[in-house]
Amino acid sequence: MLYNEPSPLETRVLSFRFGLPNSATLDTYLATRGYEAFRKAAGMKPEEIIEQVKISNLRGRGGAGFPTGMKWSFVPRTSPKPKYIVVNADESEPGTCKDRVLMENDPHQLIEGCLIAGLAVDAHAGYIYIRGEYRYLIEVMDKAIAEAYEKGWLGKNIQGTGFDFDLYTHSGAGAYECGEESALLESLEGKRGIPRIRPPFPAVVGAFQCPTVLNNVETYCAVPAILRDGGAAFAALGVPKAGGTKMTCLTGHVNKPGVYELRLGFPVKQMIEEVGGGIRQGRKLKAFIPGGSSCPVLTAKEVEGATMDYDSMAQRKSMLGSGGVIIMDEETCMVKAALRIMRFYAHESCGWCIPCREGTTWLRKILTRFHAGGGTRSDIDLIGDLSRNMLGRTFCPLGDAAAMPTLSIVEKFRGEFEDHLNGKPCPFERAGEMVTA
Amino acid sequence: MTFSPQLEARFDKLLKSYPPGRQRSAMIPMLMYAQDELGSVTDELVDEVARRVGVTPLQVNEVLSYYSMLHRKPLGKYHVQVCTNISCLLCDGDKLWEHACKKLGIGHKEVTADGQISLEEVECMGACSWAPAIQVNYDFEHFVTPEKLDQILDGLRKKA
Ligand SMILES: Cc1cc2nc3c(=O)[nH]c(=O)nc-3n(C[C@H](O)[C@H](O)[C@H](O)COP(=O)(O)O)c2cc1C
Ligand code: SF4
Ligand code: FES
Repeated sequence: MLYNEPSPLETRVLSFRFGLPNSATLDTYLATRGYEAFRKAAGMKPEEIIEQVKISNLRGRGGAGFPTGMKWSFVPRTSPKPKYIVVNADESEPGTCKDRVLMENDPHQLIEGCLIAGLAVDAHAGYIYIRGEYRYLIEVMDKAIAEAYEKGWLGKNIQGTGFDFDLYTHSGAGAYECGEESALLESLEGKRGIPRIRPPFPAVVGAFQCPTVLNNVETYCAVPAILRDGGAAFAALGVPKAGGTKMTCLTGHVNKPGVYELRLGFPVKQMIEEVGGGIRQGRKLKAFIPGGSSCPVLTAKEVEGATMDYDSMAQRKSMLGSGGVIIMDEETCMVKAALRIMRFYAHESCGWCIPCREGTTWLRKILTRFHAGGGTRSDIDLIGDLSRNMLGRTFCPLGDAAAMPTLSIVEKFRGEFEDHLNGKPCPFERAGEMVTA
Repeated sequence: MTFSPQLEARFDKLLKSYPPGRQRSAMIPMLMYAQDELGSVTDELVDEVARRVGVTPLQVNEVLSYYSMLHRKPLGKYHVQVCTNISCLLCDGDKLWEHACKKLGIGHKEVTADGQISLEEVECMGACSWAPAIQVNYDFEHFVTPEKLDQILDGLRKKA
């Protein structure tokens, strides 16, 4: 099911089956070039598969943007240990809701992506780690997996190719940190989601201490198109160093929020104005988060001329991230936004390392007091100092994820913090309520 | 301990899903599915899952305390979860949360006196583009206004 109208400005490569009758069934999949890429890949050498993925310039869609072909080439294919494919379907980065529509509307595309990854690294089993809240998607995936087994697209000697592959779903149980790859692997092994020390990276020591390819749902979903139409065609859709499209979640103060598949390099202005139908109530843009709440926040001025790709966002000292675009209009209280973002990280910090556990807790406390009107001028610098002291000093990137948006907000919107001083009520709240939509 | 045939089948499948000697992997999914049937993670369940996956009850307890969806106390028959994280907040998710509390006369992680409805303020649940969003047990509701929430809650009351 789709929860928003598609936009004519989309480039539908991963989402082209969305909206077809019974798009989640094997019949529809097979009728629309489904599993064609697997057949092709089964006749190729593993190096040739990885080469096509490299040519495609596909970069990981889970947030960090690591080149996928390179990641796959790190797996020691000749190791005597079994190798595993792990799908990160934990989707918990605030602002992000795209893996959900990919699994719901086209589960076989994900299965085919896993099969091709299996061929590429000689893996014969895969696990889809799905966040516990997405129970209905576990059912959708289980149904598609059962159908694939029944018709010989999973299991032993798939379609007579001699390739065996088993695929399983695995339910999470509520923990943002379990989206971090090494914490996810711990959780998959039935433990608390505490991250592992790296190196070794999962490619060498991953699931069950064996070599593992771990990618985001959308990354695997891009693989069938790459093998089917060639890596070069996929690369050509994007920008020079990043190929393809990005499932982009427009959220916040736009008229037409929704998940849209846009070419990498899509202009931000056109995305907000035309895809998103502009800012609500004709207001102006105040702040922009490119890909989930872990990214540094950009001002309206900073995003002028920006495009939705890794380099354009890096030039602006932010990140493309997960595709969760958060749009805030001029009536948004940035202190309140910083507070809500920090409440999340304080709640989700796994508590393993001190800068993150203590830093997020203190920042939450200070921001709570500040927003309520109990802040002092020195608190403003303290918020910045605490954030800076977390950056780069934590055991996993969650600490940075908490520090980066906070630091960018306090630096770029300092005036709004000053407006909250001396017990003044939040200037954006009328009668105790936030003025938004 | 005995479970429904469906849950037993689910357990069997889970225990066969992982490599030999790695049955501990089934623990968290087993707890999740069993909790749905029992209403909470009981001591008896902890012992049973520990036995089936081959760890001690202490190890199960240690793991389950980490995960926010696993709970030792029963929730309401209908667990209403309101997201107030950033994308929902920008679409008045915080007001929706306050409205839910007022309407039901309960707060965060509390249950109505009749045990039918419980409330929880939750973090992002992957519905950000259709905000503000809530989940009733595992069912999503998108673009929820206070009026729509009233209707949903009244509907639950009638079903209860
Ligand atoms: C705190 C934290 C949470 C994360 N959550 C997710 C997530 O929900 N989904 C995801 O795919 N990647 C998530 N990641 C990124 C993963 O660690 C990893 O980089 C990614 O799954 C690799 O796949 P990719 O290369 O296809 O992007 C998270 C990282 C951190 C530090
Ligand atoms: S940075 Fe935070 S989430 Fe990561 S290990 Fe440290 S305490 Fe845990
Ligand atoms: S912020 Fe509410 S569902 Fe994502």
